Amino acid sequence: MLAARDVHAAFGGAPVLRGVSLDVRAGEMLALIGPNGAGKSTLIGALSGAIAPRRGRVCLDSRPLAKWPRRALARRRAVLPQATALSFPFRAFDVAMLGRGPHLDCCGRAENAAAARAALAETGALHLAERLWTTLSGGERQRVRLALALAQVWPEANGSCSGAGARYILFDEPTNNLDLAWQQAFARSARRLAAGGHGVLAALHDPNMAALHADRICVLSAGSVVADGPPESVISPGLFKAAFGVRVRTMPGPDPRRPIVLPA
Amino acid sequence: MTPPCAAAAGERARGRRRTLCFAALGALFGAVVLTASGVGAVGISAAEALSIAAAQFGLRLPWAYDSLQEHVLLAIRLPRVCLGALAGAALAVAGAALQGLFRNPLADPGLIGVSSGAALAAAAAIVLAEGAPGFVLPLAAFAGGLSATLAVYRIASRGGRTDTASMLLAGIAVNAIASAGIGWLIFASDDEQLRDLNFWMLGSLGGADWGGLLSVAPAIALPIALLALLARPLDALLLGETEAWHLGVNVEWVKRGVVVFAALAASATVALTGVIGFVGLVAPHLVRLTVGPEHRTLLPAAILLGAALLLTADLGARTLVLPAELPIGILTSLIGGPFFLWLLVRRGAALRPD
Repeated sequence: MLAARDVHAAFGGAPVLRGVSLDVRAGEMLALIGPNGAGKSTLIGALSGAIAPRRGRVCLDSRPLAKWPRRALARRRAVLPQATALSFPFRAFDVAMLGRGPHLDCCGRAENAAAARAALAETGALHLAERLWTTLSGGERQRVRLALALAQVWPEANGSCSGAGARYILFDEPTNNLDLAWQQAFARSARRLAAGGHGVLAALHDPNMAALHADRICVLSAGSVVADGPPESVISPGLFKAAFGVRVRTMPGPDPRRPIVLPA
Repeated sequence: MTPPCAAAAGERARGRRRTLCFAALGALFGAVVLTASGVGAVGISAAEALSIAAAQFGLRLPWAYDSLQEHVLLAIRLPRVCLGALAGAALAVAGAALQGLFRNPLADPGLIGVSSGAALAAAAAIVLAEGAPGFVLPLAAFAGGLSATLAVYRIASRGGRTDTASMLLAGIAVNAIASAGIGWLIFASDDEQLRDLNFWMLGSLGGADWGGLLSVAPAIALPIALLALLARPLDALLLGETEAWHLGVNVEWVKRGVVVFAALAASATVALTGVIGFVGLVAPHLVRLTVGPEHRTLLPAAILLGAALLLTADLGARTLVLPAELPIGILTSLIGGPFFLWLLVRRGAALRPD
């Protein structure tokens, strides 16, 4: 389990998280929603270990992140950031292979290449493998970048590499630049990952996407968790008024456990 | 053919291309070394050169040579060729690594002030510390290059991010400060010091001798090797520092390593040759255009190509205006300047989305 306990953290000197406790569980898809500036990216940074908490702690399998060797941690969790600085003409395949960086010492080249290809296939980007990053569209880049993150935690055929323990993947606005079809494809991928035993966290802007696909929704507002539970217990007009300051109507969806949110 | 097979086939095709590229670069390097060893006032054919070289190891090859040829090759041409190869390799690999670190294809030891910082310190040593022991000069050049790099890097980095625009601007400012300092030193120097200063500012391999080469060679060769070892983390760094950290890269260590090794290689080179511009820019770019930006191939290929380019430029420098010798820095800038402009135009047209 990837667990944050009473985490206080700052971004750019300003305090952002004020005592957040959150569990990302193996085999579960967790959606993180909240208004702009609520601290979603900072929370992902704290959960990944990139941002050290000022107070509280984040543990992977009960061991604080700071105590994990850098590579071992990288084999256990991947992060999809909101934006990527890459501006060099890499082939899409080589971008996905960057995700295998932490595995190069312990897996063979063929096994790593197979994982990268499988990840590209999963995001529908395998046909782009030989294309240059600089020639891809925004949506194509997002899919290739997703493949990098998936490749990083892709299970190896013989399981030789990173030993036991579930792998975790943290998506920060994964559906950026994706059209409706690819958004749905992403949601299916994320659910498949969770069904395969991965712990999945996705910071999303679309509450319906969260309600439709997540096992659990965590609502972050002003640096605190204001709700955490299955969609039907979290999604309510009162919550949206309090967290987002908007009036919405909710109604039961085709699946009664997954309500639908409409602007009021 | 199913897609996975197509992807694997593409990968194999690129593997072959890489092998071919290294074979071609190796052949080019070998040919340039033999040509540079042979061309000059005393002609030495490739066969004669091989024969002389083999004789040093007790082997007798069938091609005859005379003792003048042997002396010219061993005492004059060979140290110059070694220095040229080492200097070209150092400048090219330092340029390639700095471009990766700054995620900017326009970084270059000269452009971000390493070379001019080293030249300023070397010039100060020539003019202000006349009669100091021989090791002071390369030491001063190294210290100058390193401080200039660190200053530029500090100014360009804020909140863990390196801003490429301010890096280039800081480089321009450091270059301006250095040339003002060199200008003042010229103003304050006597005739003999002036000749020495000229050597620094225009660059030359003419001062090559075994003594100087062997004493500084480790300070150039070691950082070249260490930079080549940083290929994988440099690939990850192209994604951004936080992302590289997510991939298990020790970002701070790699950043410091690249800056220190690049400054060491470039500054030690400047200590022996003076300022030679554009090799660090041209060589990595030519390699990227042919085999792509992956540092695993880029760094070793840039080493070979940088060495070959600088040896070719030196061949031109010492044969174009016989009996005089052209400073090599003039030649590399003459070729590198237009290339740089072409690069800017090409980036403007083809890579605008970034």
